[in-house]
Amino acid sequence: MTSTASAQSVAPAADVVVEVRDVDFALGGRPIFSGLDLTVRRGRITAVMGPSGTGKTTLLKLITAQAFADRGRMLVFGQDLATLGGAGVYALRRRMGMLFQNGALLTDLDVFENVAFPVREHTDLPEPLIRRLVLTKLQAVGLRGAAALMPAELSGGMARRVALARAIVMDPEILLYDEPFVGLDPISLGFILRLIKHMNSALGITSVVVSHDVNELASIADDSYLLSSGRVVAAGTPAELRASRSVAVRQFMTGSAEGPVPFHYPAPDYATQLLAEDA
Amino acid sequence: MSNGARNGLLLEGVRRFGAVSIFLAQLLAQCLPSLARPRLTVHQIYNAGARSLIIIMLSGLFVGMVLGLQGYNLLQRFGSEEALGTAAALGLLRELGPVITALLFAGRAGTALTSEIGLMRATDQLTAMEIMAVDPLRYVAAPRFLGGVIAMPLLAAVFSVVGLFGAQLIGVQLMGIDKGVFWSQTQASVALRDVNEGLVKSLVFGVACSLIAVHEGYHAEPTAEGVGLATTRTVVASSVLVLLLDYVLTAAFL
Repeated sequence: MTSTASAQSVAPAADVVVEVRDVDFALGGRPIFSGLDLTVRRGRITAVMGPSGTGKTTLLKLITAQAFADRGRMLVFGQDLATLGGAGVYALRRRMGMLFQNGALLTDLDVFENVAFPVREHTDLPEPLIRRLVLTKLQAVGLRGAAALMPAELSGGMARRVALARAIVMDPEILLYDEPFVGLDPISLGFILRLIKHMNSALGITSVVVSHDVNELASIADDSYLLSSGRVVAAGTPAELRASRSVAVRQFMTGSAEGPVPFHYPAPDYATQLLAEDA
Repeated sequence: MSNGARNGLLLEGVRRFGAVSIFLAQLLAQCLPSLARPRLTVHQIYNAGARSLIIIMLSGLFVGMVLGLQGYNLLQRFGSEEALGTAAALGLLRELGPVITALLFAGRAGTALTSEIGLMRATDQLTAMEIMAVDPLRYVAAPRFLGGVIAMPLLAAVFSVVGLFGAQLIGVQLMGIDKGVFWSQTQASVALRDVNEGLVKSLVFGVACSLIAVHEGYHAEPTAEGVGLATTRTVVASSVLVLLLDYVLTAAFL
């Protein structure tokens, strides 16, 4: 296993966009994180991987201040989320973009209006400028021709690309991707992968990609974290994670049945239960 | 029922009432800012109001016609069938107009509001707005609430007018009451106070029904079952509350 400290401690403070320090978080009495440590550095693509149910999406909720840590510190752009008020949180969110798993497009607006939505809400730009801005972003995701379509008319991959155009329309400093590869055909998946890379390299947007698709992530990520049982079990570049000799890391990276994550959900003894129900 | 269970139920009732009250305060605080985008509220007035017109007018007509038949039958026994106009107008303006409109509103517009907002919650649209630093209370909830509150008195007025026409149809056209007597009696006995009573009632019902519909949708469990349950709760809670409030308001006005 690569040392968890190696990928985190080298970054100078100014370079750090998100800093998670010793965070505990429980949902409905069930602990999700205990002692979570994680750093997202500026201008890089950070992958957060882990089996389903390890709290990857919850981590994005903590970063976007939809939920707050029970213990520990969550710093985003150097600001402690726990001390920000409602207005502070909204100001912070204007510097972020987020891509939801299902796109989360507003169903009563067409594609163009969906992308224009944040611009209209936050600026007083004249209509011709909004039009150009939206068309530019739609062109970037290859869907300028779909501007007049309604969300219900889009395929899953197209909806996600429109949502990406909407997420970048306000030129955020950090983009959060929640399971961007789930349920996509290989072509759409390739589009999304290239777009994530492009947003990062051409626009310099810091990216956090939460996913369990190891191979896809490995091809684009600069840093990766592997979460399990509420904490980071491995951190480093994708190559370092692949080379890890930890059984937990190897099980996840290779999808093996052998490892600390069992196939069976905890249950009483099989034979005892069968016989008891027989009687 | 044991003491513990009764206390638990009471506590739950108080908790729900508190939650809805806080939600109402938040909603009211967002009503004025939401008017910065008047198009949203106008669209919701159209959704809750104009699209309910047919069901309101049809119901109003039949309720008025039944009122005509029953009223004529009753008044005839005392030889005062000319008073039908008065009876129908007062009954419609003060009671039936606001109450039946509110019950129909809960069933048509209220359920539509709850399921729409609930589905927006289930498909992460509300969360997406929050992440885009747009308050969904201002963008989604407040215009729908305002739309309902504005539409309700208008619908109740339409209901009463069509209902009175229905009563007139039976009393004058079918039963042969003199047209002049019918209308002059109506005009002489209906005071502005009666119209106001109906107006106040329908405004209060508008606030109650829209609040419940928006609140249930906004806090619906984000699953298919959760949205279904929330929709049912909207109809049940709105209907009971409307009848309860009607009693309170009637007592207050008399």
